[in-house]
Amino acid sequence: MSKVHKIKRGLNIPLIGKAEKVIRNAEPARYYGVKPIDFQGMRTKLLAWPGDRVKAGTSLFYNKLQPHVKMPSPVSGKVAEVNRGERRKILEVVIEPDSQMEYEDFGKGEPRDMSRDGVVDKLTKSGLWTFIRQRPYSISANPEDDPKAIFVSGFDTAPLAPDNDFILKGENEDFQRGIDALSKLTSGKIHLNLNSDYPPSDVFTKAKGLQINWFTGPHPAGNVGVQINRIDPINQGDLVWYVYPQDIITIGRLFGKGIYDASKVIGLTGSEVKKPIYYRLLRGASIENLVKDHVEPGNLRCISGNVLTGKKINSEGYLGFFDNQVTVIPEGNYHEFLGWAKPGFNKYSTSRTFFSWLQPKRRYRLDTNIHGGERAYVISGEYEKVFPMDIYPVQLIKAIMIEDIELMEKLGIYEVDEEDFALCEFVCTSKTPVQPIIRKGLDMMREEMT
Amino acid sequence: MKALRRFLDNIKPHFEKGGKFEKLQSTFEAFETFLFVPDQVTTQGSHIRDNIDMKRTMALVVISLIPALLFGMWNVGYQHYLATGQEGSTIELFLEGLKLVLPIVIVSYVTGLAIEFAFAQIRGHEVNEGFLVTGMLIPLVLPVDVPLWMVAVATAFAVIIGKEVFGGTGMNILNPALTARAFLFFAYPAYMSGNQVWTHGLMEGEGIVDGFSGATPLSMAAEGNVDNIPAVSDMFFGFIPGSIGATSVVAVLIGAFILLFTGVGSWRIMLSTFAGGLVMGFLLNAFAVNPFMEIPAWQHLAMGGFAFGAVFMATDPVTAARTRKGKYIYGFLIGLLAILIRVVNPAYPEGIMLAILLMNVFAPLIDHYVVESNINKRLKRAEAQAA
Repeated sequence: MSKVHKIKRGLNIPLIGKAEKVIRNAEPARYYGVKPIDFQGMRTKLLAWPGDRVKAGTSLFYNKLQPHVKMPSPVSGKVAEVNRGERRKILEVVIEPDSQMEYEDFGKGEPRDMSRDGVVDKLTKSGLWTFIRQRPYSISANPEDDPKAIFVSGFDTAPLAPDNDFILKGENEDFQRGIDALSKLTSGKIHLNLNSDYPPSDVFTKAKGLQINWFTGPHPAGNVGVQINRIDPINQGDLVWYVYPQDIITIGRLFGKGIYDASKVIGLTGSEVKKPIYYRLLRGASIENLVKDHVEPGNLRCISGNVLTGKKINSEGYLGFFDNQVTVIPEGNYHEFLGWAKPGFNKYSTSRTFFSWLQPKRRYRLDTNIHGGERAYVISGEYEKVFPMDIYPVQLIKAIMIEDIELMEKLGIYEVDEEDFALCEFVCTSKTPVQPIIRKGLDMMREEMT
Repeated sequence: MKALRRFLDNIKPHFEKGGKFEKLQSTFEAFETFLFVPDQVTTQGSHIRDNIDMKRTMALVVISLIPALLFGMWNVGYQHYLATGQEGSTIELFLEGLKLVLPIVIVSYVTGLAIEFAFAQIRGHEVNEGFLVTGMLIPLVLPVDVPLWMVAVATAFAVIIGKEVFGGTGMNILNPALTARAFLFFAYPAYMSGNQVWTHGLMEGEGIVDGFSGATPLSMAAEGNVDNIPAVSDMFFGFIPGSIGATSVVAVLIGAFILLFTGVGSWRIMLSTFAGGLVMGFLLNAFAVNPFMEIPAWQHLAMGGFAFGAVFMATDPVTAARTRKGKYIYGFLIGLLAILIRVVNPAYPEGIMLAILLMNVFAPLIDHYVVESNINKRLKRAEAQAA
């Protein structure tokens, strides 16, 4: 094993509800949804309207600003409805599946033998190009760019995150095909970053045509942003792409079978799940069947994704495009009498101001209460404890608040994404909404630069 | 508790927009959130949050100040009895001190909180918890015989000029408690310095036993009277005249332990302040030309309010440097300057106050250069890669 990158600052939040390593096939969902909000910087233009019949792989909508970015339907069936929000913004396109799956045929092809244009063409036509995103800004990549590297994080350190080594088992062939396709897209390296704490799956270690880097440490060691920062940091003008491992497999299948096979494995996690395990399902599936009989009764919040960066959905909502887990935790909309003054034997905090420090190994059932009111920054040094990049987090956030583009640039906004700041938001005593501020900064930068 | 909650829910509409007592919304909110942690849930960003909040943090700092407060009360009684030649049990000494100190604490809190509530009301903000700590710090750094009206004026000055004009808790440049003390120090020097003010009864001068001077170790040393300063152990435990709560290093260290163990206080600032003090002490020893400069460096750390300042004042997160590297520099310079001012400038025996206030002003500059070095690093990296 070559050099191991040690991430020292960070935090593993000890939550109840990690998925046991069992995979079950989920019951087919009644509806499937594809959500434009899963993609940053999307200006949605519909390609399919209610009543239209689509096949698995048929594009449902595309991005007006990046016409090559199209979103494929995960199933064949009928477009049931298009749900809109404020100002008629499209929130989700819902498909009612057929009993028999029909696939769009994009044609097989071995990416090793194809030209770059051929690979790009297949990926954009099928809509799978969407899996490839770029830093800065975390938006869909542009096929005309030549990124300096492509990064793949082989492990996820987010709270209750699924184990990639487990869910990718046996997918060696498709993973290799996906990597072959990606290697056509950059003149730089493909970096695959793995956790050095345990032997990873041979899907990763036996893959060819990439460079393996080793990491160890608490969350956010598994975040691709942190890994890029360590290995090949982004300077002004740089472009780096990143893809998730399960998405690489889907890309591999496209080349192997010629179709968009939307199946993936996700973890159903969280303290309110009776028996947290893994499920195999199709992207965009409604979580209705998943949570119906499998969660405790009560006032719950369903999250597509993890508790730090996921999106709130209702109990019939749809799995997010990039999400590999569904988390169910209790809602926290209750008043607690003198809650801030209690000894707090069962209240988790990174500070030792609650007596829960007496049980360092305990796992917690955390809810969605904010636990206090929003305040100005008073305490310093909190973010720095959980933020492992060589960037001054508070100063960057303040630069965004005052909309100082030049300062944001100098302080390293190109290197970060909301997820890198999720822990800062979690630990913040002032209850500052950190992730939305970072997103605002990234959007501001993007508008300024393009 | 349900009844109380129901009661609050019933009267709440009157305090909301359009209600009868709309103008008192912040006040109502302050009491409501004091009694009940709000039911507000996350909507965007992280779905879960740490249990810590500003109330808890500030309450913890107040708890860490309690040893100093309790010891201070006892010591006030002890010094008074010593001066008047009386004898008394520990309880009697403490009660004597309580009688004298409690009014100061009450005046400080009532004045400060009244202003805080008024400002929150005018601005339509929530009431900030910052004054909970300031209100306790102010009495601890004052002499016991300070008139109560002065406490009120100084507190008002500190809260309005020291904090609210800058935008309130989190925005202020100077440590509010030290602002209060500095205000009194310069406005009413007769009540804030000299040998008469530190022990109750000396100003009136009646019934004082012969030979009791009331001088603090620092003023003795400044007068060149080094041979008579109390034993280091007395200074360490705090059996000396001085500000109400700042004499005992032991009590301060208990507070420091609470702050550091819970992670609320900055160990970087505390450590570097003591280091700076030591370094300046050694330097002065090396070039000693008078008895004060000959006092062993480590003894300085136990004298006067140095420890109290280092643990409770320098670490005020709002007015201190906010970057990691900046904290080391900030604390170190405070320690350095505190001992330098104390020894070299006889007009200000308690140098820590001025040192902290001065470094409060420089903290943003220190941070600026620390952040700037990070920016330069990033620029160099980009250049190196482009080359």
